[in-house]
Amino acid sequence: MSSSEEPSLYAAREPVFPRRVSGKFRNLKWWIMAITLGIYYLTPWIRWDRGPELPDQAVLVDMAGRRFFFFWIEIWPHEFYFVAGLLIMAGLGLFLFTSALGRVWCGYTCPQTVWTDLFVLVERWLEGDRNARVRLWNAKWDARKVRLRITKWTIWLLISIATGGAWVFYFTDAPTLLVDLLTFSAHPIAYTTIAVLTATTFVFGGFAREQICIYACPWPRIQAAMMDEDTITVAYREWRGEPRGKHRKTEGAEALGDCIDCNACVNVCPMGIDIRDGQQLACITCALCIDACDDVMAKIGKPRGLVDYIALTDELAEREGKKPRQIWKHILRPRTILYTALWSLVGIGLVIALFVRHEIDVTVAPIRNPTYVTLSDGSIRNSYDVRLLNKHGETRTFRVSLTGDPSLRIQLEGTPYETVDVPANEQKLQRVYVVAPRGSDPALSERSEFRFWVEDLSNGERVHKDTVFNGVAQ
Amino acid sequence: MSKTPEKKDEVETTGHIWDGIEEYNNPLPRWWLWTFYATCIWGLLYTIAYPAWPLISQATPGLLGFSTRALVAEDIEEVNQANAALTERLATVELASISDDPELMNYAVNGGAAIFRANCSQCHGSGAAGVQASGYPNLLDDDWIWGGQIEDIAWTVAHGIRNEQSPDAHWSEMPAFGEILEEGEIASVVNYVLQLSGQEHDAAAATAGAKIYLDQCSACHGEQGMGDVGVGAPNLSDAIWLYGGDVETLTETITYSRFGVMPAWSEEYRPGQGLTDAEINAVATYVHQLGGGE
Repeated sequence: MSSSEEPSLYAAREPVFPRRVSGKFRNLKWWIMAITLGIYYLTPWIRWDRGPELPDQAVLVDMAGRRFFFFWIEIWPHEFYFVAGLLIMAGLGLFLFTSALGRVWCGYTCPQTVWTDLFVLVERWLEGDRNARVRLWNAKWDARKVRLRITKWTIWLLISIATGGAWVFYFTDAPTLLVDLLTFSAHPIAYTTIAVLTATTFVFGGFAREQICIYACPWPRIQAAMMDEDTITVAYREWRGEPRGKHRKTEGAEALGDCIDCNACVNVCPMGIDIRDGQQLACITCALCIDACDDVMAKIGKPRGLVDYIALTDELAEREGKKPRQIWKHILRPRTILYTALWSLVGIGLVIALFVRHEIDVTVAPIRNPTYVTLSDGSIRNSYDVRLLNKHGETRTFRVSLTGDPSLRIQLEGTPYETVDVPANEQKLQRVYVVAPRGSDPALSERSEFRFWVEDLSNGERVHKDTVFNGVAQ
Repeated sequence: MSKTPEKKDEVETTGHIWDGIEEYNNPLPRWWLWTFYATCIWGLLYTIAYPAWPLISQATPGLLGFSTRALVAEDIEEVNQANAALTERLATVELASISDDPELMNYAVNGGAAIFRANCSQCHGSGAAGVQASGYPNLLDDDWIWGGQIEDIAWTVAHGIRNEQSPDAHWSEMPAFGEILEEGEIASVVNYVLQLSGQEHDAAAATAGAKIYLDQCSACHGEQGMGDVGVGAPNLSDAIWLYGGDVETLTETITYSRFGVMPAWSEEYRPGQGLTDAEINAVATYVHQLGGGE
């Protein structure tokens, strides 16, 4: 412990006032912000015609109907492996990007980063750049400060409501829900969801900001384990910058490094850290310090890249006067190749699964309580629960038949025919009886295998399911 | 977090070292502390508002009077009200034509299945296959002692068989022939019944039994052993046996007779715990569509 005094157990948050910066990475972030926010807010409003009995929303998670619609793809609950596959791909993709390029997800596309960036933009627009905001922070609560704060919070709140509001549109027909929401006739769950997401957006984007990344998010810890010395990440060329100091025309100035200790990199940092301390947990690699430093280097006539995307091995090589390796050599290494291969494998598997899945979906569940029933003429009957899924937008008729021992007869519960009508976009449970006459092979043997056939009468497509007939065990 | 190199030197380490990695003793954020306090207060208020603290006989009820049982009762009441129109239709429907109304049919079958599990499965089995050793009939086959039309089944459910509750219960009583016939005569009748049902038998004994059968049994079971649904006499010529069709069981049945009882389920005969007309119709519809209904 400290010899002088006990360190405090708790510390107040030190406010961060990121300065405006311009440069190629800042521009890239503006573009990514526009695209990701655009996708998020606008997707529920895209229409997609699927026929009269299906929703026309391009992307819709229909919880009540237990269906997921994504443009031309329709996922049923039993096809949830597609979602599992996509999650595995997202995981592997994150491994790939992190081992190759460090925390690019955090720095560019994480919702926390994007919305915080948007909130800071509003803040800067209303209250001015860093110095003005620091002054306002320290100023007394006069009319101007109250006005500015209330304006800022109101705009933040509107953005938050829009954010929470957009979320619920993914779960039901967006235009209908919007009208319901505005006329206060929507379901309470819609309002509750919007309220919760509005609150989290408002607090996380407006006030918690970097605290979420540092204290609440598990990714900084996990990602640190995926980076190695070849990972391209935002770093400070210490060998070039140190010893830092103000360049003056005095003796000893030649001994100083390129860093003029102007704190430009610190002032633009949304996390409030100093990249010159080296790689650290709080750094989300948003690269704004690179833009800031490049700007300063240009002004003092030094080459750019004092703070830059480099790998740890490059920093060490340059320190010894060697040339750094080319970027593609850092990126292409067994680890990233393995991640790419696995990622593609899952992706190809999913695409194949998507194209080979049957139009007709049938499950056959033999009823085994009891295993068989003796009828009055001595024949033996088995029952099967056959579930027929009609994925189409109109009613379809399916014929159920069987192949197997020629003595087996098929009979459908509730109908003298061998066909079943299944309404559009529904699953129908049909009990099917199979009867073996008295003394026939299947009636006397313990197990006889046979095959159910289901044919879609509208297009002749057929699928089959193998199952077993139970007779009286001899 | 560390801010500047100068600051970093100020931060103490915890003194723990793992493989040369030291741990900073950074202070926790103040908001974290307040969040922690807030969750404590929330937790405390929660235990006051909701049932929580265990006492000797029950837990503290909570100020909001919340109870999951009450919620379930509320949900059931809601569902019953939503289904009130269907239930009304089900109570008065012409059962023979219920399958023409898919909505009502679906409601009856699903409701009937639940009623069956709660009230009938104890004897007839959860799969409705009955228990032959105890004479609980199989409801899946196509042989019905008291009739297999959907109305017949509803009547049997409502009034039962050989009980004291309902004056309209099905009633028939086979005599115990052990008091009427000699053992040898019974053995002959058994052989004749085996012959009627197409099983292995002693031809000479069967011929002798045929005469006794005609005198003693055919009044109810019919000359050809086809039975009579009107008096609940089982068909002896088919492959289905209520108690069993082997020599031993048939001998026992004829010697001592049988007296299977089914209770009357109508609420008319068991106030407060019987089935309503709609429930009887539902369970009859369910049983009828299990595969054996006529």
